[in-house]
Amino acid sequence: MVKQYTKNPVGAHYGTRGFLIQRFTAVVMAVYTIAAIVVIAMRRPAGYAGYKALFAGAFGLFTLLFLAALLYHAWIGVRDILMDYVKPTGVRLAFQFVVAAMLVFYFIWAAALFWGRWA
Amino acid sequence: MSSTPATRAAVRRPKYYDLSLAHLPPGGLASILHRVSGALLFFPGLPLLLWFLQSTLGSEEGYRRFAGLYAHPFVKVVLLAFVWAFAHHFFAGIRYLFLDMHIGIARSPERKSAIAVMVLGVLATIAVGVCIW
Repeated sequence: MVKQYTKNPVGAHYGTRGFLIQRFTAVVMAVYTIAAIVVIAMRRPAGYAGYKALFAGAFGLFTLLFLAALLYHAWIGVRDILMDYVKPTGVRLAFQFVVAAMLVFYFIWAAALFWGRWA
Repeated sequence: MSSTPATRAAVRRPKYYDLSLAHLPPGGLASILHRVSGALLFFPGLPLLLWFLQSTLGSEEGYRRFAGLYAHPFVKVVLLAFVWAFAHHFFAGIRYLFLDMHIGIARSPERKSAIAVMVLGVLATIAVGVCIW
């Protein structure tokens, strides 16, 4: 008789979700990077006024979107690094907590910087 | 060499670990550099980027202060280090997207693309270096 497999398989495709989000945010950032190089090369902002004007309008909105994608991408990447090298669970969770708190703080910071700039 | 297998096995030999990165295949080197560049972009890259954006967008005075800093050769070298990290992460990341789609996973194209992304990362850094110097 075949013994029934009773162990709970790890996770509920959390890994797959992280993998897909990592790819999706990467594509968003790659598109922004190329677009940003083209926009800056075409508009050639000069001085403080030009620099500030660059972020007024759609470019400011897309910069915030880029930063949001970057922060989520950084979370998955740094979490993977911590899972690979920091083996004691408590220490790893402490590191992960600090990283997550930093990223949330960065997101609020980025949103405060760019929110409404495109209006 | 004259010892028999039995006596050789009895001798405790020191373990030899060759940690030289040169023994990594190109794909492995591109991979560890992808990780190192990603970690550098997270810290200190990310807080520096936000600090830069806040200072330069916040006031004309902050913008001028950074323009002054930018004239410093050391600042340009640091900037180029981040340019390399970003460029390598960018090109190596695009390579992974293709590998995920099972494009170029045979050994020969995999090696060539790994070398290509490392070269592209350095070339992009040199190009930006020429522009800003």
